[in-house]
Amino acid sequence: MKPVNFDYYAPSSVDEALDTLAELGYDGKVLAGGQSLIAAMNFRMARPSALVDLNNVAELSYIKPTADGGLAIGTMTRVSTVEHNQDVIQRFPLLVEVAKFIAHPQIRRRGTFGGAIAHADPAGQLPSISMVMNMQALIKGKGTERWVAAPDLIIGPFMTVIEPNEMLAELVIKPHPPRTGAKYVQVSRQSGGYAQSAVASIVTLDENEICKDVHMVLMSVAEVPILSEKAREILIGNKPSKDAIEAVAEAASTSEIDPASDLHASADYRRSITRVLIVRSLTEAFERAKRGGK
Amino acid sequence: MKKLFPITVTVNGKVYERQVEARLLLSDFLRHDLGLLGTHVGCEHGICGACTILFDGEAVRSCLIFAVQANGHEIRTVESLGTPENLHPLQQSFTDKHALQCGFCTPGFLMTLVPFLEENPTPTEDEIREAIDGNICRCTGYEKIVEAVHDAAEKMSQKK
Repeated sequence: MKPVNFDYYAPSSVDEALDTLAELGYDGKVLAGGQSLIAAMNFRMARPSALVDLNNVAELSYIKPTADGGLAIGTMTRVSTVEHNQDVIQRFPLLVEVAKFIAHPQIRRRGTFGGAIAHADPAGQLPSISMVMNMQALIKGKGTERWVAAPDLIIGPFMTVIEPNEMLAELVIKPHPPRTGAKYVQVSRQSGGYAQSAVASIVTLDENEICKDVHMVLMSVAEVPILSEKAREILIGNKPSKDAIEAVAEAASTSEIDPASDLHASADYRRSITRVLIVRSLTEAFERAKRGGK
Repeated sequence: MKKLFPITVTVNGKVYERQVEARLLLSDFLRHDLGLLGTHVGCEHGICGACTILFDGEAVRSCLIFAVQANGHEIRTVESLGTPENLHPLQQSFTDKHALQCGFCTPGFLMTLVPFLEENPTPTEDEIREAIDGNICRCTGYEKIVEAVHDAAEKMSQKK
């Protein structure tokens, strides 16, 4: 239960961090909040040869409102900072709703927004949320910069397109259109524990109560978070009636997910609760859309 | 050869200069290098909360931070609260309300709750339960702990 030894670098700027990562190549690993990585290192499941600790890089910690009404969040911003930030509360209450379910207060004070997304744990809330919100990820390398949409960022369990000599620097969230509502729901064995299944929906209504747009992510029920196509096929252009929502729940929970059985829940149970959670998430998201997002 | 990193850390108001391996956890640094045995080590993966300490005033897990990361920072452990003759009000309430049996989890609860009560001097039961949802106690069933927090909150706000 102690990590194997490793080399340690604590740069104080983004440039210095990128230089170090470029030098280390495949030997280097970025250390953000460490609330997943250090636990994995304690178990010796992760054995990086060198850590590049970003905790002294102050310029990576910020929440900036963007001119279009969205937000730009620096990768090292603590989850608890996001959870209590007034701009986040005003613009993206879904993030606040989700944050309450991320582990425990002590973990959220140290864990970082970008670190959780780059870790790409299929059972972690923030990778799924980054996908359903279609966050834009800024990936920096030495002398390079590129933008990747979150659904293209995460390519497998604990796998992203971020190269060893790169780091996730910032996440940008575009504002929701008017009459958009969102809702996150999950089932877990205890407060702060891993979810056996979770669903987040973001829906938009037009002035005639017709569903204009829907994004729904299914979490912890496949190797990676699943963005539901069925929800889009069934709901867009139609009234989000009880029957339509039930149809999405039926279709998505039978054809779009591939849950595993483990100590905490069987695959059948996960499928069954996913169906229920889809109904709850979509129903409340549409109610909130009618109320203008509240 | 082992690579060592020099660190300067303030723990409970006292400045320590030490050489540490990068892999040394802050929890082990406090216990083994500094001999501060009040911080308990339970699960070592962030679930149990026994190792909770204050890092620059914020309650965090000392098993999920490397000692080398504490360089230049201020740490507070349970040893900073009270003495057996003169307990911190929260420690006194834990004693009075029987909020501990074996006591293994208690330092983590106390270090979680001290900043919580400073921020929220009159918490509701729900707020208390949310604050301690990252601390596991296998003895008390939490009822007595919640009672103790209410008791301490009342006494501490009367004092002010």
